[in-house]
Amino acid sequence: MAMDAKEIETLIREGIADAEVRIEDLAGDGDHYAAYVTSPIFKGKSRVAQHQLVYKALKGKMGGDLHALALHTSAPKD
Amino acid sequence: MSTVNDFIKSEIDSQDVVLFMKGTPVFPQCGFSSQVVQILSYLGVQFKGVNVLESDDIRQGIKAYSDWPTIPQLYVKGEFVGGCDIVREMFEEGELREFLAEKGIALEVA
Repeated sequence: MAMDAKEIETLIREGIADAEVRIEDLAGDGDHYAAYVTSPIFKGKSRVAQHQLVYKALKGKMGGDLHALALHTSAPKD
Repeated sequence: MSTVNDFIKSEIDSQDVVLFMKGTPVFPQCGFSSQVVQILSYLGVQFKGVNVLESDDIRQGIKAYSDWPTIPQLYVKGEFVGGCDIVREMFEEGELREFLAEKGIALEVA
C-alpha cells in the first residue's frame, strides 16, 4: 500500500500551520519517503511533540498506508 | 487492554533503558529497529529489547501508550525518548550521549 508524495505533502500542509514541506522519495518505490517539515508551531516543542504533530496531520496513515517516512522537523530560524 | 498496559508499564519500569522493537537486539527484523540497536550498542548502553512481533497486543498497545504510530520506541527511565529518526538525530548531534549521562545511564567507553 503505497502513498503518493503529493498526498503526504498535502496532508502535512493542511494539518500544520505555515508548514514548509519537502518530500523525498528515497527508494523510488512510492513507499519509502523522507519529509522535511519546517513550521513556526514547532518552536519550543520537543522533538517528540513535533513529530506527533506531523503524525496527527497524516491522520493515522503513518504505520499503516505509509510504511516508512523519515521525519526531520524544525522551527524556522530567526 | 488494561493488562497489556500493565505489562508495558512493567517492562518500561523494569530497566533503565528499554527498546520496543521488531525482532531482538541480536536479530533485529526491521532496518529502523536495527539502527537504534546499533546506536545503543555503539554507545555501550545496556538495554532490554522487547520484541513486539511476539504479540500483536503489545505491538498495538505500545503505540497507544505513547501516542506514537511506529516501532522502534526507546524509553529511558520510564520516559519516551523517540523513534528511530529522533534517536539517530540525537546521536548524530551528540545529544544522546549527553542525555543518557544526565539520566545517570552508564556508558561503556569503547
